[in-house]
Amino acid sequence: MSDATRQLVENLNALATGLFLLTAFGLVAMRQARGCLHLFIAQSLLLAASAALLGLRYDSPHLYGVALVNLISKPIIVPWLLRKVAPAGFYTRREIDQVLNIPTTLAIALALAIGAYFLGVPLANAVGPGYLGPNVPIGIAGLLLGAFTLTVRREALPLLLGLLAMENGAFLAGISIAHDLSMLVELAIATDGLIIVFIVGVLVRAVEKHVGSTAIGELASLRESPARPVTRKAAP
Amino acid sequence: MSVIWILFPPLIAAALCGIPVRRSWVPGATVASSLIVLTLAAQMAWRVAAGGSVTDGLNPGWLNWIAVDGLSALILLLIAFVATTAAIYSVGYMAHENLTPGKLRLYHANFNLFVFSMLAIPLLAEPTLVWIVVELTTLCSALLVSFDNTREALEAAWKYVILSLMGAGFALFGFLVLFAAMHAGGGGTYTWAGLVIAAPRMPPLLMQTAFLLILIGLGTKVGLVPMHTWLPDAHSQAPSPVCALLSGIETTSILYVILRLFPVMQAVPGAHAETWALVLGLISVGTAAFLLLQVTDYKRLLAFSTVEHMGIILTAVGLGASAADYGAMQQIVTHAVTKSFCFFAAGATLLAVGTREIAAVRGLIRRAPEVGAALIFGGLAITGAPPFAVFLSEFAILKAGLAQGHYVATGLLAVFIVIAFFGVMVHLNRMVFGAWQGAAAVSDPPGPQQAERFRLPFSCALALILAAMPVIVFGVYIPPPLHALLKQAAAALAR
Repeated sequence: MSDATRQLVENLNALATGLFLLTAFGLVAMRQARGCLHLFIAQSLLLAASAALLGLRYDSPHLYGVALVNLISKPIIVPWLLRKVAPAGFYTRREIDQVLNIPTTLAIALALAIGAYFLGVPLANAVGPGYLGPNVPIGIAGLLLGAFTLTVRREALPLLLGLLAMENGAFLAGISIAHDLSMLVELAIATDGLIIVFIVGVLVRAVEKHVGSTAIGELASLRESPARPVTRKAAP
Repeated sequence: MSVIWILFPPLIAAALCGIPVRRSWVPGATVASSLIVLTLAAQMAWRVAAGGSVTDGLNPGWLNWIAVDGLSALILLLIAFVATTAAIYSVGYMAHENLTPGKLRLYHANFNLFVFSMLAIPLLAEPTLVWIVVELTTLCSALLVSFDNTREALEAAWKYVILSLMGAGFALFGFLVLFAAMHAGGGGTYTWAGLVIAAPRMPPLLMQTAFLLILIGLGTKVGLVPMHTWLPDAHSQAPSPVCALLSGIETTSILYVILRLFPVMQAVPGAHAETWALVLGLISVGTAAFLLLQVTDYKRLLAFSTVEHMGIILTAVGLGASAADYGAMQQIVTHAVTKSFCFFAAGATLLAVGTREIAAVRGLIRRAPEVGAALIFGGLAITGAPPFAVFLSEFAILKAGLAQGHYVATGLLAVFIVIAFFGVMVHLNRMVFGAWQGAAAVSDPPGPQQAERFRLPFSCALALILAAMPVIVFGVYIPPPLHALLKQAAAALAR
């Protein structure tokens, strides 16, 4: 590979990871459930793009495999599975009250992203010389922002996407530092993501049926408090 | 014999549960499969106790991915034992629930898949694959936690899934960093054994980061304070046999994955893995001991006791001596058998009185003598009263701590254990022996129906007796094969 192409590939990877960070911010703050799904799909495509570019850069067929698996599982199978298992009206929900208001949420998210940079750079240095790109700090930012999404969201779909976004973040960092992980493991992890979607979808359907809402955050009856009603279910 | 065969009976049983046959056959499939698993696990444990590790003879590429040493054989045996008693218990317990045949099949299919995913944890030796099966345990048990479909059960399942998977996200990154660390240190085979060999060459910064990420991430699923908030919910809302699996063995098998990192961290100068274990362990024991005092639900009481015991095991490992390691292994065994017994007793209580409220149950020993006796027996056994199994293991840990010179940590541990003893016994004592006090007994007023004696289903009684045997026996006598296995398991921590 010539120097000019290598430069181009590295720049394109920087662009993909930069956009990845933006989608992670969007997932924290976007109110519309359907918008969150679109952002998540965009994020997965960017992860696939980064994997493919790094594959080109390292000349690693493994990373092409990662790109391909991501390209198929997240943008295509995840929405399909959600349509199959999740209750109708899942997409059209709008989050009315987040735990924090949006400016505060974004400010905390920004602080997390900056913290991720300071965590990620020494880690990337410890891995050794060679090109890693911005993948490690941005991957850690994706991981932290995904976890943060889980704490501020109440609606089921953004919560589920927060979980999957955490995995995306871990992978974005992972493809740069652990790029010869066995292909079988990559496939298994992708399958695992699909099982998560399936199980969470089934749970959300049950919640909607028995509680009448997909705003999971409002379920908060389990705690140490006296005089809880007897919970044992009568025979059907 | 190939060690991987042990994974097939639960899978086959799960598939069989999908076939619509007579409903009485469905629990039979689960019991049969768990008996086969128990036989295979006992055989394997026997061989390991007799001499060294068992590696499977698969293709060379896969060769290192499956390995059984003392520690994994011990965990396998425990999983198999608890799964067997829980399967037997499920027969009678689920018959009481008046389920539709479809729902019953769903329960048993899920139960078997859950057992399958737990069995895979100690069998696999490749860390990222272990991570995947840890995720699978969460996913296979989520629908068991929400099985009752009440608002509370759904909430508990939701919390369980979200928090466990959130922890798993951090752990995944930890395992990837560990892989990178190995690569940076010159490569090797990415397995538990390979990591120990490669550890001295790996960059310490990466190792520490990976260790902390995995400790926090998987610690969430073990229920270490402060990541424990989901545990009392999930472990109290699930049907009782599932609680026995979750509390008795699932937490332990995840803790096993964390324990695997200690020999690796040994090679890192200034890693302080033991200090982290000691601090997190003591915080868990202390917090759980005080939270025990204020619970109002007896299944939550037992769930908090699980948090306490996980803390005790981690503290024991943090003491950093081979005697304490032996104590930790013993504690893993005694906790698993005793806690599963306790949840069986709690399930029997729930069948007898129909409520989980501590305040609504009084004088259980008069209404259902065998249930009341089981509950008080379980309470005494789990809180470490002599002459039961937990007493011996806690004693071993405290002794090792003093011998090692960790006076403050050992003292704190002893104090917390005593507080937990009172926390549990105060509640259980009132439930079993307490007198009716007017309005206290809301759900069960003394009256004509009180005279009608509660009959425990036969399979539940059988499971209680089977589970009680090791609790009593291991309190006075550790059989030589088990002693050899415990020694091997402690040696796997390499100190």
